Amino acid sequence: MWQSIKPSHRNLRVWQLGLLAVIFVLWHVITKPGLIPPIVFENDQQAAFFFGEPLKVFGRIWAWFFTQADIYQHLWVTLLETVLAFGIGTALGLGLGLWLALSPLAAAIADPYIKAANSMPRVILAPIFAVWFGLGIASKVALGVTLVFFIVFFNVYQGVKEVSPVVLANARMLGASHRQLLRHVYLPSATSWVFSSLHTSVGLAFVGAVVGEYLGSSRGVGYLILQAEGAFDINTVMAGILVLTVFALGLDAIVGRLERRLMKLQPKSGETEKL
Amino acid sequence: MSQRPVTESPPALQLRGVACTFVAKDDPGQRYTAVRDVALTVGAGEFVSVVGPTGCGKSTLLNVAAGLLAPSTGTVDVFGQALAGINTRAGYMFQAESLMPWRTARQNVMAGLEFRGATDAGTQADEWLRRVGLGGFGDRYPHQLSGGMRKRVSLAQTLVLDPDIILMDEPFSALDIQTRQLMENEVLDLWAQKKKAVLFITHDLDEAIAMSDRVVCLSAGPGARPIGEFAIDLARPRDVAEVRATPRFIELHQAIWSVLRDEVLKGYQQQLAA
Repeated sequence: MWQSIKPSHRNLRVWQLGLLAVIFVLWHVITKPGLIPPIVFENDQQAAFFFGEPLKVFGRIWAWFFTQADIYQHLWVTLLETVLAFGIGTALGLGLGLWLALSPLAAAIADPYIKAANSMPRVILAPIFAVWFGLGIASKVALGVTLVFFIVFFNVYQGVKEVSPVVLANARMLGASHRQLLRHVYLPSATSWVFSSLHTSVGLAFVGAVVGEYLGSSRGVGYLILQAEGAFDINTVMAGILVLTVFALGLDAIVGRLERRLMKLQPKSGETEKL
Repeated sequence: MSQRPVTESPPALQLRGVACTFVAKDDPGQRYTAVRDVALTVGAGEFVSVVGPTGCGKSTLLNVAAGLLAPSTGTVDVFGQALAGINTRAGYMFQAESLMPWRTARQNVMAGLEFRGATDAGTQADEWLRRVGLGGFGDRYPHQLSGGMRKRVSLAQTLVLDPDIILMDEPFSALDIQTRQLMENEVLDLWAQKKKAVLFITHDLDEAIAMSDRVVCLSAGPGARPIGEFAIDLARPRDVAEVRATPRFIELHQAIWSVLRDEVLKGYQQQLAA
């Protein structure tokens, strides 16, 4: 009996789901008023007030997606902010990274400023962006861009610095002009480094969007959480967090798929095709 | 070395009084002279090999001829004209991996033609891939090819541009002996068809004698310089594997080795001491 349910690589999923079920059951048992006598709190309502109740949380999610079906516009806004922040941040990081890596003097001048801007906790810029760009999606995109930009920038900078000198010399011997070197050697090399940081930069774009919404907005999943928090509606806050988590996991899966497609030309050792 | 009359058509490549001194970036007091007093001539259509102990500055010399490296002193003439910047009449086959990993074999062969704005890059690339025996491998990326195949792609990439001078830096040193002899014969065949000037760098004396019209020996570094030059009068066309067994080959080998042996030992001692 034990042999068949012992954790192994075969029943990994079952154990993972089992763990999830245990967490939810535990959550339910602890927070359901009247189920067990209060140990920590003074009365049996308080646990539910602080931690929410899983059944109500799922009811909330069900209402969002099916009965009221009003979460889709918020999800759409958050997704749009994430994608825009990722796109603009990547483009800026790629451009500036290429430029600074190829002109050492400009890089030397900009160096302290880049270090300062990178070490600054950039979330603190959110209020300024709200003033500049208003409470719409622009301020969230701006915050996401500041987060994504540095990841991409440093990767591109590194990527250009580490272009194989032999490949570079070979391209020059083949007659590549400066512009062609940029287009055919530096850019592809830098892009492969951007791909390698795809997970991190998409994740940070998402963080920028949600944090921006949470700090002040009129739409988005972060806004839902902010609203619920104002009304001490802990169940809705928990529901929002769960939705965001699943959303982030989905985003990560899409990136993973995209990455596998784009990284085809990267060598993978120890992998053979099964015939 | 051999003085040619001025009236004759100028040599493909002529190095005069070339010296290369490298200065350490973080410590300007640290200097290293790789080569000095180098005079080297490669006639049009001539196959010249340079042999020498490891680390004697053979590759430095080739980079000077390619225009990738400006000599500290001395001049480089290409078909009678002083070289400034990249040597556009030369093709360079590197010792290390030089293919662009993000391009397929075909795209790699096409690269030089694209840079020059050629319109029939695709057909020419296919033609050359066939010629180096990789007709069916055009859509593979470099990491999907074996070391020998990658060298063939490099060869096609260089030769598709039809350069007047071909510079080769130990192009086959990473290959196993069988593949290597195959490639050497292929290069000789291709060379025989077009008769380009070739400057071939190698540490393998057998390879140098089997392939060249002339072998130049370099002394051990630092400050390596040519210390001997031998005309190879073996009949062509040659098969690099068979020619090694001929008496004349062995004679030449002994003659050159007697010059080279002391330098190789010197170079080895220096490496041990360092």
